[in-house]
Amino acid sequence: MIAAPKNYDLRAAEIAKDFPILAQPTSRGKRLAFLDSAASSQKPQAVIDALVRYYEHDNANIHRGVYELAERATAAFEGARGKVARFIGAEPAEIIWTRNTTEAINLVSFSWGLENLKPGDAILTSQLEHHSNLVPWQLLAAKTGAELRFIEVDDQGIHQLGDLKAKLRGVKLVALSHVSNTLGTIAPLETIVPQAHAAGAVVLVDGAQSAPHMRIDVRALDVDFFAASGHKMLGPTGIGFLYGKRALLEAMPPFLTGGDMIKKVEYRETSFNEIPWKFEAGTSNIADAVGLGAAVDYLTAVDMDWIRAHDHELTRYALERLTELAPLGLEIYGPRDPELRSAVVSFNLADVHAHDLASILDTEGVCVRAGHHCTMPLMEKMGWPATARASFYLYNTEQDVEQLVTALKKAAQVFKLA
Amino acid sequence: MEDFYKEYILDHYRNPRNFGHLERVDASAEDLNPLCGDKIRMELELEDGKVKDVRFSGKGCAISQASASMLTESIKGMKLEDVARMSREEVIENVGIGISPARMKCALLGLKVLKSAALGEIASWP
Repeated sequence: MIAAPKNYDLRAAEIAKDFPILAQPTSRGKRLAFLDSAASSQKPQAVIDALVRYYEHDNANIHRGVYELAERATAAFEGARGKVARFIGAEPAEIIWTRNTTEAINLVSFSWGLENLKPGDAILTSQLEHHSNLVPWQLLAAKTGAELRFIEVDDQGIHQLGDLKAKLRGVKLVALSHVSNTLGTIAPLETIVPQAHAAGAVVLVDGAQSAPHMRIDVRALDVDFFAASGHKMLGPTGIGFLYGKRALLEAMPPFLTGGDMIKKVEYRETSFNEIPWKFEAGTSNIADAVGLGAAVDYLTAVDMDWIRAHDHELTRYALERLTELAPLGLEIYGPRDPELRSAVVSFNLADVHAHDLASILDTEGVCVRAGHHCTMPLMEKMGWPATARASFYLYNTEQDVEQLVTALKKAAQVFKLA
Repeated sequence: MEDFYKEYILDHYRNPRNFGHLERVDASAEDLNPLCGDKIRMELELEDGKVKDVRFSGKGCAISQASASMLTESIKGMKLEDVARMSREEVIENVGIGISPARMKCALLGLKVLKSAALGEIASWP
């Protein structure tokens, strides 16, 4: 049971002041209620300043420069790696910079996957996955002859683990999202990971929706790979990371090849750099890595446990308020128990298509996502053509939820549901 | 935007015209809007190179369904080659509401599928 932090709403309103974009009214003069952080979060001034400061004072290419600027740029870049490592309980050498979660998952698929899977092996994922944690495994299975299996979910999107032991037979890789981007379901990793390891499988966790919202300790979770995106956790777009256990990363072949990832190059052969640089070919996204470092500093200063408790309390409040709209035909999806979900609420209003709903909410300053949320197989399984999705983060307040409820009532009026 | 969901749009959404399937299908196509997964199928019955009857089916938002419904009303009796040449402007004008750039594909999905049926191959976005 997560306790409601005292004055959580007041503190969230104070935090919102650090995000300049949120102070801006819409073109229709409405207050902005940004409820789409699961797609991409807003950025605090501290992150924006870190990017500007890097370009104004420290910019140069990293690693081999011997002059002062290059040394400062290298220190900022590697310093950010250290911050991300500490943020999730890893060593810096175990953090590889990528563009985003998708690239991190592809790195594992192409490097570890092609090397370790063969016909007769199996990959186990779930029916909840974002396309980014499904399509790479479909292609890997096709290339290696491995079989793709799924942990089923019930109509609330909760993992069904009754046959887990049987499903794990012959599995070499378990790939799961920590938190579902469509339904908010938190995966029961504490049950799945030990059983997966006992069956001899390696576990990859797609942390795109969990790293922004809860304290992550990769050692305690005992996962082998953990992938996340900077832009969903207050950082810039174009930067993400892959955590991998040192021994695994050391044994893996490189993914992309070229400059910076080498130790020695001759005309006909090359020896590779140590981890993590072995996996970072070409000039990295230095400035955005530095920006992500600033984002992690900001999150740590606020405190990840407070963020989890805030998100939980606001989600609980939103579920309560949205339930009041049931007479208008509002249907809420995902786990009914708020303890089992993160800060994501998917819903539909009577026969109003989610896109029409999102368009009407937009006229009231409320930003929500609508559609299949990159989980087309899940939508098909559940029989939903589309859903609208509100997602919350540390800067959202009860006022944002209130604005959502008011806008939904307006949509009901436009569609003559009342 | 208040105009966005006019009475007749909601009427076409909830009571789509020419919705369902034909006994005799001389040309047909279906396609989806990858953005939202909205799907539309168009079936045509032809006589002397003209559209004798038409049905559409599928699921989607009010704009895509109303646009497709209104489109089916406007093409009966038209020559197939004229159907293949219909422009996006005609459809948008016919729908009669301001369509934001984000929703343009919703309004044009019906036309795309109809042109695909007339051409016998998947048409590009009008």
